[in-house]
Amino acid sequence: MTETTEQVRRDATVRVFRGEDRTSGQFVEYTVPVDPGMVVLDVMFRVQQMRAPDLAVRWNCKAGKCGSCSAEINGRPKLMCMTRLSSLPPAEPITVAPMATFPLVRDLVTDVSFNYEKAKTIPAVRLAPPGPDGKRRMFQEEVDRVQEFHKCIECFLCQNVCHVIRDHEENKEAYAGPRFFVKLAALEMHPLDTRDRIEMIRAREGLGYCNITKCCTEVCPESIKITDNAIIPLKERVVSEFYDPLAWVKRRIFGGPDDGAKEPAAVADR
Amino acid sequence: MSAAQRAEHDEATYDVIVIGGGGAGLRAAIEATAQGAKTAIVCKSLFGKAHTVMAEGGMAAALRNVWPEDGWDVHFRDTMRGGKLLNNWRMAQIHAQESPDRVLELEEWGAMFDRTPEGLILQRDFGGHRYARLAHVGDRTGLELIRTLQYRAVELGIDVLMECNVQRLLLDDGHVAGAFGYWRQTGRFILLRAKAIVLATGGAGRSWRVTTNSWESTGDGLRLALEAGADLMDMEFVQFHPTGMVWPLSVRGLLVTEGVRGDGGTLKNKNGERFMFNYIPEFFKAETADSEAEADRWYQDKKNNRRTPDLLPRDEVARAINSEVKAGRGTPHGGVWLDIASRRSADYIKRRLPSMYVQFKELADVDITKEAFEIGPTCHYFMGGIRVEADSAATTVRGLFAAGECAAGLHGANRLGGNSLSDLVVFGRRAGLHAAQFAAAQRAPGAVDPSDLDAAAARMLAPLERQDGEDPYAIQSDLQDTMQDLVGLIRTQSELDEALVRVRSYRDRLSRVSARGDAKYNPAWNLSLDLDSMLTVSEVCTRAASMRTESRGGHTRDDFPTADPEWAKVNVVVRRKDGELSLQTEPLPQMPADLKEIATGEGKATAAAAPQTT
Repeated sequence: MTETTEQVRRDATVRVFRGEDRTSGQFVEYTVPVDPGMVVLDVMFRVQQMRAPDLAVRWNCKAGKCGSCSAEINGRPKLMCMTRLSSLPPAEPITVAPMATFPLVRDLVTDVSFNYEKAKTIPAVRLAPPGPDGKRRMFQEEVDRVQEFHKCIECFLCQNVCHVIRDHEENKEAYAGPRFFVKLAALEMHPLDTRDRIEMIRAREGLGYCNITKCCTEVCPESIKITDNAIIPLKERVVSEFYDPLAWVKRRIFGGPDDGAKEPAAVADR
Repeated sequence: MSAAQRAEHDEATYDVIVIGGGGAGLRAAIEATAQGAKTAIVCKSLFGKAHTVMAEGGMAAALRNVWPEDGWDVHFRDTMRGGKLLNNWRMAQIHAQESPDRVLELEEWGAMFDRTPEGLILQRDFGGHRYARLAHVGDRTGLELIRTLQYRAVELGIDVLMECNVQRLLLDDGHVAGAFGYWRQTGRFILLRAKAIVLATGGAGRSWRVTTNSWESTGDGLRLALEAGADLMDMEFVQFHPTGMVWPLSVRGLLVTEGVRGDGGTLKNKNGERFMFNYIPEFFKAETADSEAEADRWYQDKKNNRRTPDLLPRDEVARAINSEVKAGRGTPHGGVWLDIASRRSADYIKRRLPSMYVQFKELADVDITKEAFEIGPTCHYFMGGIRVEADSAATTVRGLFAAGECAAGLHGANRLGGNSLSDLVVFGRRAGLHAAQFAAAQRAPGAVDPSDLDAAAARMLAPLERQDGEDPYAIQSDLQDTMQDLVGLIRTQSELDEALVRVRSYRDRLSRVSARGDAKYNPAWNLSLDLDSMLTVSEVCTRAASMRTESRGGHTRDDFPTADPEWAKVNVVVRRKDGELSLQTEPLPQMPADLKEIATGEGKATAAAAPQTT
């Protein structure tokens, strides 16, 4: 149990970003008492209760299920509710900063509306009709890979760490980011979905910007293999759709990116 | 507040506004939009983060994929018996009849449930359900439900007002006219005019120290409804989930899904005894295994053996755990053991219960595939809430509807696991449908009285204007201790009296509360306002618990330890009269004879299909 495996800390010193913009804001140091087993979010609560009642922190479930409390802890993108103090070096202050890729609201809270806007660009699932008994049949083996993508808790840590938008604000317009490549992969690999989103994945969602550095996979708290299982298969589909000479001939003859079985989703289609 | 300040607020007009962004709110908004109503969802958190994500085990629906013998009548019977027959029979009937369609509809919208070998939706065993009935996705069914509904709402283009907190409902001559609140990100006020409002604000477990509930579960909808003149009902019935984490303290109360027991986990005391065999109530004797041998056989052969008492309804299991701990047979940190490792393989556990595995591994350094782990009761769910008309989800206030955990009736004195997610979509849809129909019959939203806005704004600003007042975090902490210690799983009159005195003293302190800083994303200010709801709900719950002098379901009185047939006939109803709370009993709606026979007898389908009861 925790008492034996954890180095015993009596208090913790945290350096927390405070302020309403990134240039005038600064890190403020707080030292508060802690108990065994605590996570970083517990320390933020202690700071609120004992030192800074107005410290802005976004959180909900405190169980790693809602993805609200994303932050950069000692420079690493993590959920505050799942980061045990015992996992951090005891001798140094713990640095807690807001996610860098999104505009700052205040303290540790950022404006993540970028993600909600991107979500609106993705054409929803459209299933083939059910069987005569009104039920649909899918087998666990084909459902498994989609279920991996459905584990996503939308913490947006993958979006935060992706250098395509972290370092280049100008790319945000034309790039959906790893979270939405996972979403698109889930739709594309749904065994009963009838839509074809390959053209829009290439042209509008900016899959080509990703150069597979796997930063997103490394920070995913749900351990979704974002790069290997979502992004690379989508890239392969784009390649075979657009750069495969046979597919090119087929498109010349039959027209459009449609493979005949799937209905192409218009780029602006919602 | 001056008229000039009031003019600062944002304003928007809708046919229907839905307050709450969990499963019920999303389903209501989807239906209202489908009916042609201009609809908005208002939620306290980011979109898709509501407490529904925490639901783990599954949603109950008689799909008959695993047990063809199942049917709506058996589900109805189980729900009524689980609720100790205090349920609104019509809601229980609608719920059992409509939940299969609601599950299939989620699949249509992209939900990916676990499958049977035939490719159909797999169903799992849960407490109080006669047959394996819960459609599920491993142990993260709530996430699947909310994400599916979230993206359906996106597809329909529904407006979502995120991190927006409603503080007051506005009425025009007794009809709903709108809502007034603030944006958490800026602190700006917002006025929403609407022809109809759906409350889907969830529960109020945040007033207890040990709870599965997130910060959002402060009971806002219950306070808003009460202030608007609606009735609350069954507020004494609070479900303590038998299995929450107990150690380390940081995660005390965190939910451990009933799916652990559904999939083979058993409860043991510190001596390794499977104590649940000592706690089988008369009411459930006929359908429960009375020996470990039979219970063990049940996991292999469910047709010819009765189910393990580990899967009795939650109220029974929570009380049994409490008794074991009190008798000195608890674990080192005051819980009991839950053991799935000795029955199931590590692969099985990781596949069926992946987030439980991670939760214990990362937060408690415990490997549930190798050892038993400590669990104990945790405040989980409000059976009571806003009184609604069964078919339409309408409250007693015109234009105001309610669905999900904030509504009362379906679950009676105790909710069965798995009946909450199905409740959300069945009654969320009905609330959205009837709100849209109500709105369509109105020419325009009612008039808003500027003095109502002044009063609401003044109340909201007071904690920011006050210097050196009471600390909101301290009031919350004291309230949580009081409700935990005095209005918990087991109640008694003297403790309830003491709780009421204390809750009223917190009300007094709240009138002097001060939040440092300004209105922009200030959690101290947000909490100061939420405390109003928490104190209202705590007082109502405590007084209703004092009134019901018997033990039934989620309400256990040490001083009245048995069920009283007279109390079986009534609900406790709470309303506000001239600014004061008034509590009274009102008779239950009369159940038709044919349904009564299903609920209290074996039921026709049940008797024919269940050799295990003979």
